[in-house]
Amino acid sequence: MAADKKFAGYICTGCGIGDRLDVKQLETVATREGKMAFCKQHEMLCSAEGVQMIRDDIEKGEATHIMIAACSRRAKMEAFHFPEVAMSRANLREGVIWLRPEGEEHQETTQEMADDYVRMACAEVKFMNVPQPSGEQGLTRSILVVGGGVTGMVSALEAAKAGYQVHLVCFESELGGPWKDLYKRVPFRAADVDVPNGNNVDLPQPEDPGVAELAEQVQAQDKIRVYLNAKITKTSGAPGRFSVDISTESGSTVTENIGAIVQATDFKPYDANQLPEFAYGKTPDVVTNFELEKLAKEANGGPIKRPSDGKEVKSVAFIQCAGQRSEKEGHLPYCSGFCCTESIKQALYFKAQNPDCDATVLFDDLRTPGAAGEDFYRAGQQARVTFAKAKANEVVQNGDRLTVKFRDLILDEDTEMECDLVVLATGQVPNSGPDPYAQLAVEEAESEEEKEAARKALEVAPPSILNLDYRQGTDLPHLKHGFTDSHFICFPYETRRTGIYAAGPVRRPMDMKQAMDDAVGATLKAIQAAENAARGAAALPRVGDLSYPRFRREGCTQCKRCTVECPFGAINEDEERYPQFNESRCRRCGTCMGACPVRVISFENYSVDTVGQQLKNVDIPDEFDEKPRILVLACENDAYPALDMAAQAGEELTPWARVIPVRCLGSVSLSWITDALNSGYDGIVLMGCRRDDDYQCHFVRGSKMAAERMSKVGDTLQSLNLEPERVALYEVAITDIKRAPQLINDMAETVDKIGMSPFKF
Amino acid sequence: MSNTQMIEKYRTHFLREVEANVEEGEWVKMCMQCGVCSGSCPLGKHWAHPPQEIFMMIRAGKREEVLTSDSMWMCTSCYNCIVRCPRELPITHIMHGLAHYAKRLGLVPENQPTAKFAQLFWDNLMKKGRVNELKLGLSLYFMNGFAEGVKTSLARRKLGMNMVKTGRMNPMEILGGHGVKDLSGFKKAIQKAQELEDARIAKQGA
Repeated sequence: MAADKKFAGYICTGCGIGDRLDVKQLETVATREGKMAFCKQHEMLCSAEGVQMIRDDIEKGEATHIMIAACSRRAKMEAFHFPEVAMSRANLREGVIWLRPEGEEHQETTQEMADDYVRMACAEVKFMNVPQPSGEQGLTRSILVVGGGVTGMVSALEAAKAGYQVHLVCFESELGGPWKDLYKRVPFRAADVDVPNGNNVDLPQPEDPGVAELAEQVQAQDKIRVYLNAKITKTSGAPGRFSVDISTESGSTVTENIGAIVQATDFKPYDANQLPEFAYGKTPDVVTNFELEKLAKEANGGPIKRPSDGKEVKSVAFIQCAGQRSEKEGHLPYCSGFCCTESIKQALYFKAQNPDCDATVLFDDLRTPGAAGEDFYRAGQQARVTFAKAKANEVVQNGDRLTVKFRDLILDEDTEMECDLVVLATGQVPNSGPDPYAQLAVEEAESEEEKEAARKALEVAPPSILNLDYRQGTDLPHLKHGFTDSHFICFPYETRRTGIYAAGPVRRPMDMKQAMDDAVGATLKAIQAAENAARGAAALPRVGDLSYPRFRREGCTQCKRCTVECPFGAINEDEERYPQFNESRCRRCGTCMGACPVRVISFENYSVDTVGQQLKNVDIPDEFDEKPRILVLACENDAYPALDMAAQAGEELTPWARVIPVRCLGSVSLSWITDALNSGYDGIVLMGCRRDDDYQCHFVRGSKMAAERMSKVGDTLQSLNLEPERVALYEVAITDIKRAPQLINDMAETVDKIGMSPFKF
Repeated sequence: MSNTQMIEKYRTHFLREVEANVEEGEWVKMCMQCGVCSGSCPLGKHWAHPPQEIFMMIRAGKREEVLTSDSMWMCTSCYNCIVRCPRELPITHIMHGLAHYAKRLGLVPENQPTAKFAQLFWDNLMKKGRVNELKLGLSLYFMNGFAEGVKTSLARRKLGMNMVKTGRMNPMEILGGHGVKDLSGFKKAIQKAQELEDARIAKQGA
């Protein structure tokens, strides 16, 4: 330990801590066992006076490493904000006195609990250092927007308005993307508040699409450089220092320095050739909703004519959910979310432009998202668009007309209707690049057969969009159905590649208005990422964290676990095949630390030691004292707050538990488990977030990686001749206020049943 | 099915006819098929077609089926559907409007009791400008023939005697009964209303 480290302890006696606990004894523990140079008490440490006391010691140079024994580390964060020193916190309020009942009979075990938390906090702070920014990158005030559709254009304009230089890469020869051919758009606003209910009132109507105006604005903006017919041939680096090669059709390539990236590649229209039952391709009079926009545009306000013979359409049928919300091969299993309002809009074209034309919408569930949604539906009804809840089965040609066969779900009968034109409301297919995990699968496959299967799967993958020069693959990871993962539950737009944000239909199906709103959100996140990178600070969820992983090169065996398991693909391999951490891509979850079999990866303020020393410094009573010890490693994002809230709600926790918060369950090193078992803990409870497709893990894959690693803990237990039920791993949500303490109490019961660990010294 | 009928299906011809001829008919298009009316109707399970279905049938162009249906005649005007309709459709009024239109077209199912009673009520009212309750009651008893009328009258005679005793019913009303003060004025008013109604229908027919 360096000589310039000065340890100081501070114990708060407020909030009942002084009444419930023997603070004198805590002070002795901190100075004698915890080796704090001094330990001060205050009756309200978070008050201005208490904070000033700590600040004075820091300024006088008497404290560089401080231990605060007071409330949970999640409370009073503004008061106890001393970024210039290393700090640990012993959770005496939520962690001890609020979770334990009062009374003489509990006093001894409650005091032991508090003593242990002070020992743990003292041990932790000894191994902590003040994190310093890496300085790997400066402020790069430029944003790359990928995709020249409406989403991309809005994103580019927003970034430019915020003073950022924008490089807008458009794959096509003109701006507009899949919405370029729009004749009109679904209205953005609901009816005025003073419009009464009625059957002939002023309701929102289809409006000018505004796509051309957007393109003009983009072209007129000095700060936006538009690359048409362009591709991204290489993206390397990290937030704040991305280097992007943009190639245009002419063959020229420019390399730009980029702060952060917005991927707004929108969607591709569904290929209706997979719908032969609706006669698509057999007659030109069956068109998709995308094709109808072109027909409407051609009509230019006059009557819409049908493609086969140019006859004015007198009756039209819309088939909703065509090739969607269906598990059939080649169909989209999801709802594209924009097609109901789109069909209402198109039906209104006919009502406005084709005299006496009937329009019938065959829907299963009419879903009208957006502010105008319900009012727009009413606008359609007001114009006498016929809405029929029905399941369309077939479209057949019948002379020069079309017959639509369907089941009317209200009248509960099979029936049919005749019309001139059929419009299929087809869906959105995300315009994503290939899933990097499909690419990794080839490398990670254990057998030749698996490798071959993985290669086959990759053959049908779409071409790369970003061409990331990342260890884990060229593009953004997917979640379901090819949509780019964007952490639905906590951080929309946030993909699994830090500094690259997904906006619009590439992350989930949506309509134009939602895509535009999405673009604004993602752009703001991208700007934030560029600015954070310049300060060396982390993005969500550990916002502002300056620590980043470092490794002891001499100890590294180049096993590649960290580079493969990082949920954010942050770690590359250098020329000598050592990990290269790219600090600004890192989200500070510590999954690499948990992965490392030789324990060479650590953060300044979070390492194998900061946790390992905590669990080793817990006082383990003799086997015959009948006081078991249960180690709880709780995710700081959900499980630990759940326990704090349980304390606030007056739940009770077994006095045998010692809870250590971890950044993510993915950061849990197996060495902690073996150390704990070897030093005589009777049970271990691990609490992380939900880890399946609907994951809630703040670091996406951390919880999953932990579960995979822990499945191998059985061998360790067996070699120690211990019962497997001594280690339990649970998915805990932040709302599990009753369940979280109960799971730990259950472990106490289990220990009671199977007996104490024989490994006590 | 004839070709014209086929073309009428799921088209707006019949909807427009309803809008033109049925009281509050212009609301039919606003139904969003939630089914709250059908679920709220206390007699709903006795209807061949609850209101939600009637509205869908109108839009599906099922003219004959709707107008010859006895469903709308089953409405007791409890107004539950109106109160609950999220789109605020005046459903009760539309049901009565449909019944009235069917009557005008002579499409009411034969021996539909509500329709029969409505006619009795009208005829009774037109004689004296007010309803003669004794005669209306009796004509209702004898609505389905003499034998049944006698049977019903005997069964209800205790009720009738009690009403007479408490002054609720005057047996002398059987002889003509009293009318409104200005019977000729009343008849003129009705005649004027009929003229206006005929003019309205003639205009729609044109």
